[in-house]
Amino acid sequence: MKLSTSTMAVIAVLIALAFAPLYLGAYPLTLLGRVLALSIAAVGVMVVWGRAGILSLGQGLFFGLGGYALAMHLKLVATPRGELPDFMLYNGVEALPWFWAPFASAPFALAMVLIFPAAAAGLVAWLMFRRRITGVYVSIITQALLLAFVTWLNGSQGLTSGTNGITDFQTFLGVNLRGPDVANGLYWVTLLFVALALGGTALLLRTPFGAILTAIRDNENRTRFLGFNPAAFKIAAFMLGGLLAGVSGALYTLHLGTISPAMIGTAFSIELVVWVALGGRASLIGAAAGLVLGQLAKDRISSAAPDAWLYVMGSLFVLVVLVMPQGVAGLIRNRRRAPAPAPVPQNPVTREVSDAV
Amino acid sequence: MDFTFISGQLFTGLSVGSILLLAALGLALSFGLMRVINMAHGEFLMVGGYLTYLAAQWAGPTLGDAWLWAAFPLAFLGAALLGAVMEFTVIRRLYGRPLDTLLATFGISLILQQAARQLFGSTGVPVTAPAWLGGALQLGDVTLPFVRLFVIALALIVLGGMWWLLNRSRFGMHVRAVNQNREMAAALGVNTRSLDLLVFALGAGVAGVAGVGLALIAPVNPTVGAAYIVNAFLVVVVGGVGSVLGGAVAAVLLGFVTALAEGFTSVSLAQAILLVLIVAFLQWKPRGLIPTKSRALEEA
Repeated sequence: MKLSTSTMAVIAVLIALAFAPLYLGAYPLTLLGRVLALSIAAVGVMVVWGRAGILSLGQGLFFGLGGYALAMHLKLVATPRGELPDFMLYNGVEALPWFWAPFASAPFALAMVLIFPAAAAGLVAWLMFRRRITGVYVSIITQALLLAFVTWLNGSQGLTSGTNGITDFQTFLGVNLRGPDVANGLYWVTLLFVALALGGTALLLRTPFGAILTAIRDNENRTRFLGFNPAAFKIAAFMLGGLLAGVSGALYTLHLGTISPAMIGTAFSIELVVWVALGGRASLIGAAAGLVLGQLAKDRISSAAPDAWLYVMGSLFVLVVLVMPQGVAGLIRNRRRAPAPAPVPQNPVTREVSDAV
Repeated sequence: MDFTFISGQLFTGLSVGSILLLAALGLALSFGLMRVINMAHGEFLMVGGYLTYLAAQWAGPTLGDAWLWAAFPLAFLGAALLGAVMEFTVIRRLYGRPLDTLLATFGISLILQQAARQLFGSTGVPVTAPAWLGGALQLGDVTLPFVRLFVIALALIVLGGMWWLLNRSRFGMHVRAVNQNREMAAALGVNTRSLDLLVFALGAGVAGVAGVGLALIAPVNPTVGAAYIVNAFLVVVVGGVGSVLGGAVAAVLLGFVTALAEGFTSVSLAQAILLVLIVAFLQWKPRGLIPTKSRALEEA
């Protein structure tokens, strides 16, 4: 198999990242690990938005489902046998809620990290795409569902610990999460998942499945007329995006040692999309790199000048959209291939067709 | 659940729905006509709220209770001006790319929120309603505060004005013409560029007026717009894009359902249920309560 230059560059970067614990200090390494965990969700956004043309503003929902699935297990492990998690005691809950009980088992919780977000994404997608809801309606509905989830989390003190989120984890699969050697191990595990997500998605998008997603993005009706069922492909893409977001959420929860509604809300979900846009939504590497660099910049600027950060980020959103709709990856690609290809139209026939009525 | 309680909740729902309606009217204009998803629309509401606060601070000492009448033009013009600047600098470059307008305007909303935080602080600023709005109307056992009645009347007046403007004025004729067929309207001499600017500014101005109503009911804080924006979009989607009447019905329904559900369960559960109900509703009527008739294969 012959590897392209960009693939080799990515492998080189991943190898360089694998040795990061040797040359990075404790804080930069932790930060990098967290950001890499988030980049898995960005890969999902690239599949859903960049490839299938579905702009979901509710990825935090699936991210949160993965994160909470793991957090519930970690919380139960940290709670003495036969007792209730501390926040339930404070809120007067007398028996463990039924949906908490199975999470005491690690295999069940780990399976749920994958199944829960993917199934939820499948259901949401089935409801939307079956009725041919498209474009901005999808964005608004996914945002509404995320808001419903976050609102419910915030309001259910006794069941989910509400705004405080689930915290105080001790061990995971017998490993003490507060031990001195955990940082490196967790970092490598995260990097492994990033490599798997990137590689697996890249291979998948090279199959006919990927080609049909592109066809749906560029012209859904024409794809339908060719005999494909766009809804089925969009549901599959959405499930993959949800699955990746869920894995990302679980890893992020491990890194941070907590998960709370504030971490997954509207701001998080839109930010995620914008970092992908900045990197280049049509490019896997662009999406992941955009998120990593964006989050690193956020850490730097928001700790140096907390008040300035929202101005910087807001202006960045506007500039990305105005100046480089295909992101940095698009700019690089255009420079390499002259003359520059036209930017991918979001919905090329819409105007002609609707205006012709 | 007795009658008094339910009618009280319905009344509160009606006033909440009124503000939602005023916010959604502007969205429906820009979304329906220009296919622009304005995530910063809630911030026009916020600007209107803060301008009301400033009007009370500046004009309150000299004008007494009449400051409220100064607040309306101030909030309308302030928000409309901001809208015009936004359209001219950013939105104008993004026509035909609805999802990009969504991202860019979200960036603008972050900037505006942070600016408000630095100017007015992150806690809400209270606006004291004029004394003549202080009382309440007593209907049997049901108490109807004047402030909320005033907000409902405000929404009705703006709705009426908007209906007249769109259906009876020359400006409205142009708006409808562009909505139906932009190229044809342009060919017949409608200046679509300046019409876009006017419509966007008008929508922003109406949101500013909604901000006055909001300030009378609750303190104004930097995230007040963000709290309204998703619901306002849902009003537009549930009502049917571009339909003023559909939006009005949807806003009132949304207000009712929220207020009633809050009476029976907790506030947060009620909101979560409401949002899920809306998604279920769109299964049944994916194009909203009153869909605009179109033979288009797809809509942006």
